[in-house]
Amino acid sequence: MKPTKENKQSIITRHQDAICTNESKIEQPFWHHIKYLIVGILFGIVFVKAEIISWFRIQEMFRLQSFFMYGVIGTAILVGMLSIYLIKRFNVKTLSGETIYLEDKKFNKGQIYGGLIFGIGWAITGACPGPLFAQIGSGFLVVSITFISALAGTWVYGYFREKLPH
Amino acid sequence: MLEIIKQPWHWAIAGILIGLTVPTLLLIGNKKFGISSSLRHICAMCIPANIPFFKYEWRKELWNIFFVVGVLLGGILATTFLTDPNDVVVAESTKISLAKFGITDFSKLMPVQIFSFDNLFTLKGFVFFILGGFLVGFGTRYAGGCTSGHAIMGISNLQLPSLIATCCFMVGGFFSANILLPLLFNLF
Repeated sequence: MKPTKENKQSIITRHQDAICTNESKIEQPFWHHIKYLIVGILFGIVFVKAEIISWFRIQEMFRLQSFFMYGVIGTAILVGMLSIYLIKRFNVKTLSGETIYLEDKKFNKGQIYGGLIFGIGWAITGACPGPLFAQIGSGFLVVSITFISALAGTWVYGYFREKLPH
Repeated sequence: MLEIIKQPWHWAIAGILIGLTVPTLLLIGNKKFGISSSLRHICAMCIPANIPFFKYEWRKELWNIFFVVGVLLGGILATTFLTDPNDVVVAESTKISLAKFGITDFSKLMPVQIFSFDNLFTLKGFVFFILGGFLVGFGTRYAGGCTSGHAIMGISNLQLPSLIATCCFMVGGFFSANILLPLLFNLF
């Protein structure tokens, strides 16, 4: 296992407007990514079986007509919070012995403007980015158009990023 | 056992399993949970166009692409082998509201009256696929995360910006579902 060669600018850019970053300093062989594929598969099954990918669930949530999605997200946050507390409290290391690195995020206005924009899209499509993938997998192939449009949205954000208020 | 798995899962089971994704990804490789960034990595890989925002070592984040491909495969597996033959259970009040918009088919997870290729080149298709998708892609990146990154990973890590972002997701969604969508449905 050799350390990664990555310049400083790339690390800074990689962390720009992102939460889910790779904090590992170890460069692992390609097949190590299979682990994430497996976690993704399990995650996708949960998405479908708990019907989180359903447009109907999202309408219920935003119309305050069902507790279901609040239960899912609330429980997930509690479990995540407890896990991170335990990881920090006992300084739990990764399987390859690295210290788990959790940085603090800085506030910027993008979280408000972008958050509102995403929320509007979320209620229309009935999907945040995760369910988009699972919806396509579930056979709603037309969602691949939504996915391509989401890619376009991300690209356009990247193009205009410097001009947008943050 | 298989019969139980085939039924729709309880919210607590789903919540626990999704919550456990956070420590799982941290423990197996120091990766922070999130999904919307995969869209950015695909842009960085395929169409960077010399835009600074897409100029980074995306190979470092390939794990995220594997993760979302897994989500897609999980969707295929669950639908192929674990499908519940019954209609989706939707709250009565939601059913009544949606019926006013002409949504009456609850046989699948998604309303087939919207999400079908027949609607692709109509105004309905434009709103639900093109506009909706664009807002999701643009908004999540502008906000710096989506439901998984901000609402679950971020709040779990007690990040105030993530709490603010999540509140804004909800405000946008309330507005969209209760005010915007009824107006849009009138156009179709």
